[in-house]
Amino acid sequence: MGIINRLKKIIPKSCGGVYVPNRKYTKELRSVQMPCPPYVVLPMKQHIGSECEPIVKVNDKVKIGQLIAKDTSKVCAPIHASISGRISKIEKFLMPNGLFTTAVTIESDGMMKFDEHIVPPKIKSREDLIKAAKDCGLVGLGGAGFPTHAKLDFNENTPVDTFIVNAAECEPYITSDNRTILEKTEDIIRGIDLIKNLLKVKRAIISIEKNKPYAIEQLKYTISKMDVDIELVQMRTKYPNGAEKILIKTCTGREIPFGRRAAEFGCMVMNVSTVAALYNYVETGIPLISRVITVDGSAIKDPKNIRVPIGTPIKEIINFCGGYKNAAKKILMGGPMMGLTVCSDDVPILKQNNAILAFDEKDAAMQEASPCIRCGRCVESCPLKLLPYALEQNFESKDAEALNILNINTCMECGCCAYSCPAHRPLVQSIRLGKAFIKKQNM
Amino acid sequence: MSSKLYLTSSPHLHDKNSTQKIMLDVIIATLPIILASTIIFGMRSLVVIFTTVLSCVLSEYLSCKIMKRPNSIKDLSAVVTGILLAFSLSVSIPIGIAAFGGFVAIVVIKQFFGGLGQNFVNPALCSRIILLISFPAQMTNWPEPFAYLKGSADIITSATPLDKSVLTTVTYFDLFFGNIPGCIGEICSMAILLGGIYLLVKKVISIIIPIFFIGTVFVLTFLMGGDPIFHIFSGGLLLGAFFMATDYVTSPVTRLERIIFAVGCGFFTVIIRIFGNLPEGVSFSIVLMNILTPLIEKLMLPKPFGKRENI
Repeated sequence: MGIINRLKKIIPKSCGGVYVPNRKYTKELRSVQMPCPPYVVLPMKQHIGSECEPIVKVNDKVKIGQLIAKDTSKVCAPIHASISGRISKIEKFLMPNGLFTTAVTIESDGMMKFDEHIVPPKIKSREDLIKAAKDCGLVGLGGAGFPTHAKLDFNENTPVDTFIVNAAECEPYITSDNRTILEKTEDIIRGIDLIKNLLKVKRAIISIEKNKPYAIEQLKYTISKMDVDIELVQMRTKYPNGAEKILIKTCTGREIPFGRRAAEFGCMVMNVSTVAALYNYVETGIPLISRVITVDGSAIKDPKNIRVPIGTPIKEIINFCGGYKNAAKKILMGGPMMGLTVCSDDVPILKQNNAILAFDEKDAAMQEASPCIRCGRCVESCPLKLLPYALEQNFESKDAEALNILNINTCMECGCCAYSCPAHRPLVQSIRLGKAFIKKQNM
Repeated sequence: MSSKLYLTSSPHLHDKNSTQKIMLDVIIATLPIILASTIIFGMRSLVVIFTTVLSCVLSEYLSCKIMKRPNSIKDLSAVVTGILLAFSLSVSIPIGIAAFGGFVAIVVIKQFFGGLGQNFVNPALCSRIILLISFPAQMTNWPEPFAYLKGSADIITSATPLDKSVLTTVTYFDLFFGNIPGCIGEICSMAILLGGIYLLVKKVISIIIPIFFIGTVFVLTFLMGGDPIFHIFSGGLLLGAFFMATDYVTSPVTRLERIIFAVGCGFFTVIIRIFGNLPEGVSFSIVLMNILTPLIEKLMLPKPFGKRENI
């Protein structure tokens, strides 16, 4: 085995990932404020962790920024009213991911009145910062939706030495982070500096893909103007650079195994929009009530970057973008590589959604799968060094033991394998089903 | 919103590649070799290629019909098998035997084991071995190059350069341009390299298998006191390294496994060439390594992200 290990060191390791088309058509479009929607729907679970508990009753009057649901555990983010008006419904609600949760519906009074109790918090220490992140109701805005205060509250015995700000935005179409960087550069830099100083982190890195030259230019300029100690790491444009594990590997060389948290390896990754939102709260005291999203796709008449109140139904947003150009056949929340399809355009925008993409028949059509020819493209493209073709085969033969040996749970469902498969096999779908199958077997 | 929406699993974006396009690229890569063989051996080589392709496609169509499988002619894999089978036959092969070879490759080796993606050995190569054992005389008659230009309808038979008796009369120039007796697709090294470069540029194959296969043969023949350049450019080595050993279905998928596979191919080729009774070892060594592929894969399970040594 000695020879084999030596051989393993000599061969250049395939780094995985795929070159997806950029399609960042909206990168030049300034984000515009969405006018007040007639109503918003606020599900009680817009994050990873436990469900929130509503503290309002039907017919209560609420103002923007008012707390409407409190957190129920350590990993949970409170929810605030995103428009002013009257609570019209509190009922069960089916989320796009197929789970039921309670949702609070606010009917707008058209005034967009802010809660007068809003005051900027006083931030002096680490504890203040963690409390601020929690009171803000902040979650990771890049897509995963992990409550930010839980991320900041790492164990001080294994301190975080590297704070990575994720500005990769490697999914096609999406430009909302790009716009946030360009429009809120100073907020971001100040926010990073604040977090770095209060948490006593040695190194702060902004990592960004090279396909955003204006954003890079502006960040460079602002960092030097404000004279702060922040590194800028420019990555080549390759999906999935923005995935947490891959980002940490690129910036620090550390590999986070399945089931472990980044903080255990001294790293903390935060999306650039999350930092901007946190700093906005520190400055103004306005919690997370709106966010920038990209609306694009072949079925959208007038693609835009929009700042929308959380909970705005998709159809209102699409109407604001001129409606549908062609009949939409597939509507996605998030990017085309990892986004969720929704079953109707009534579903609301959640805190962690960064894009709404609507595609017409031509782009939405499914390709027929043909037999696997073992070309190895899925293996070559897997950033986590798994064997997607073997996972699919073993799922089809329902071999739980083999699936465990092949580390099926390590898969983060980035979609590189299915993207590159010339036989158009639904690899990610099989892996998802495989994970569910294993879970059932272990019960 | 009137129409219903598709609900599918991510990703919602796909590469434009397809099995059919890959096979088409392989067919394009074989064109220089077909052209070279037509120049060197005349129209008869085209007839042989046409026969095997037709026989392969027909066998594929009929077996899909009989076995009630979805018709798989469209993916062009049968065409590729047909061309590669013809490449490893002599131009003087009787048409009936060539057609039988196509039948064996598709029906016995591919469809009996489950169709595309399921065969455990390369259909073209294995069929060639079966023909070699069944029809040894017809399979080892090689006409002189350009014999058709000399006006005689008779085919002059000769031995390949790997036969030690004719070794001294062949120059590197002859080997490179194909002025030697041999199989349809194996003689013109230049054309094979052109096709191989096309496959590499189009990213249909990776450089790993050809480079390690050829490299192993080079080093081993050099160590054994042979002429490495002669060994590389003669026999079916280049064709085998670029077109046969790189067959997706029967070769491993990860880089390390591919290296082991290719080194094994090279090792057995040299062993058979130098110590064996047969003049040519490429097809046997590739088929042997094809059979060993599942074993290699079992032994070399890659460690996933986060479980490797460097942390």
